Amino acid sequence: MNIMNILIYGFVNSLLLVLMALGFALAYSVSRVPNFTHGALYVLAGYLTWIFVNRLGLNYGLSIILSIAVITGIGWLVYQVAVIRVRGMPVSEIIVTFAIGIAILEFLRWLGLRGATYVLPVFYMKTINIFGVPVDSQRIAAVIIAALIVLALWLFTHCTKMGLSLRGIAQNERAALMLGIDSDRAATLALSLGSALVAVAGITIIPMGNVNVPAGYDVLVFAIAVCICGGLGSWTGTILAAFVIGFAQTIVAYLIAPHLVMVVALAAVILILIFKPSGLFGRQKELEERV
Amino acid sequence: MEKTSRRKERLDRGVKVRSDTVYAVSSWKEMLFLLAPRGILIIGLLCAPLLVPNLYWQRVICILGVYALLAIGFDFLANFVGLVSLGGALFIGVGGYISGALNHYFGLPPFLTIPIGSIGGAFICTLILLPTLPLRGVYFAIVSFTLPLVADRTICATNVLGGTDGIPGLSMLANTWVNQYSILGMVLLSLFGLRRIVNEDIGVVFRGVKDNDQAIRASGLSVIYYKAVAVFIAALMGCFGGAFLAHLYGWVGVSLLSMDFSVFPLVATVVGGPVTLAGPLLGCIILVPISEMLRAFGELRIVIYSLILVFFVLFWSEGVLNWARRKYEQFEHWVEV
Repeated sequence: MNIMNILIYGFVNSLLLVLMALGFALAYSVSRVPNFTHGALYVLAGYLTWIFVNRLGLNYGLSIILSIAVITGIGWLVYQVAVIRVRGMPVSEIIVTFAIGIAILEFLRWLGLRGATYVLPVFYMKTINIFGVPVDSQRIAAVIIAALIVLALWLFTHCTKMGLSLRGIAQNERAALMLGIDSDRAATLALSLGSALVAVAGITIIPMGNVNVPAGYDVLVFAIAVCICGGLGSWTGTILAAFVIGFAQTIVAYLIAPHLVMVVALAAVILILIFKPSGLFGRQKELEERV
Repeated sequence: MEKTSRRKERLDRGVKVRSDTVYAVSSWKEMLFLLAPRGILIIGLLCAPLLVPNLYWQRVICILGVYALLAIGFDFLANFVGLVSLGGALFIGVGGYISGALNHYFGLPPFLTIPIGSIGGAFICTLILLPTLPLRGVYFAIVSFTLPLVADRTICATNVLGGTDGIPGLSMLANTWVNQYSILGMVLLSLFGLRRIVNEDIGVVFRGVKDNDQAIRASGLSVIYYKAVAVFIAALMGCFGGAFLAHLYGWVGVSLLSMDFSVFPLVATVVGGPVTLAGPLLGCIILVPISEMLRAFGELRIVIYSLILVFFVLFWSEGVLNWARRKYEQFEHWVEV
């Protein structure tokens, strides 16, 4: 019974981590800019949806689509207005995205985003028993959405010209430039797409709790942990690492204490940096990043 | 009809050129040219505690000193060694908690806990960040950003070290003058000490680590060792600030790990002028009083800092000090091209 619990909730938790981390991994692998606005956009997506539903009285489905569109636009703006001006200066790149992320999150905190007021409705209210373990339908929806996104991203990056150009930039920027792929366009696309993915994550995951600011930092930390363990820039690695960390977190939460999940994420990062610094699957970048 | 365009031509002033070399000692004018900026800074800082109106502003001077230590450390790490530290709060928190815990649980007096907190804290911070040092790129920034957040959550959730309430009732330093002059002395010491270090041989190695680590390896030096030394120096300054804050407030808590300590040094560095070491201090002198006046805005202040930060990075990345220095040392005039 207990083992079944761990297996099923570990699986769900892993796919939630995949949802949180994919956007960061995509944006980083193409643009080489760590998108510190990731966590802020996650919370902002939830907050915008809440505004659209409760203040403007829109349909839930419509508000979801609208807020994903807005977040995508913000990702586009972050690259086109800010990052593009400091391209190639690593210190400034980090500072700019970090400052924008903090500005958004702390602005939301100032708006008073806490408590149980800001709750998004679940998509479909029902609890299903899987092998005797009750799982609510929102988690099942999240699992399905995560799986669909992974599939869609795989198809996008393997079968469309645009997706192939993103992979080209991610694997070898100079060769891609020689083949006529515009690196700024690819990076803009990656950042917008990454933002859209985190918006989807926010809208899928936030109905399980409420819209709050600390969750933004949590998501950023989890996304970073998963991406580093998987090897920054590797998408397969990201998914594998999400499963490792997801199960580790679930086991620790069941057997020791639920508030240690963040420590698990950090411990995973430290361990991976000590023993396999390029991450589980970061083979192709190994020579570039190690001193 | 061709269009003529103009550009600015810059020439060093004669007095600047002369005072660059040993001929500086040949006349009072050159010596004054060199000494004036440094003298104004030192005398201004040392007189500041006497000039401010009341206890509240004397407290502000202490906070300014702590931020200045963090900012100088950030500038040193980011622009001389190439490690972007987004975790000023980590240094402050580790230093503060060590000296607070020693004082509370073992009853050691502040003149022992502050040195132990600074040096021990610097060792601990260097040790935690050590796994990221063999790697290039963004790992250091990411992990240093993550650590204070995790520490904050863990302390709140597990109730160690006083949990959310913190450890109250620590012993205070002797009086407000000791407070102010110890932190200002430390700021001046680390500013001029670091300026000396980056111009010594080890400073050349540090810059090599930033610009071309393969050259450092080829010279038979360990990149990791030099990075660790640099992190230790910056952590030492930050942890001293934290230990000092613990005894200034007589309290340590999770607010020592708050985002302010990570964001403010960045803003001060970028506004004051990066790659100068004195710039971050100037940035603090400009920004801390402004930030005190904005106290009414509460949590919105950090948003304002971040927006200032973005603006300066994007549109005026040279900062105040580099601009002022150019005006001080060079003629500028427009020429037709």
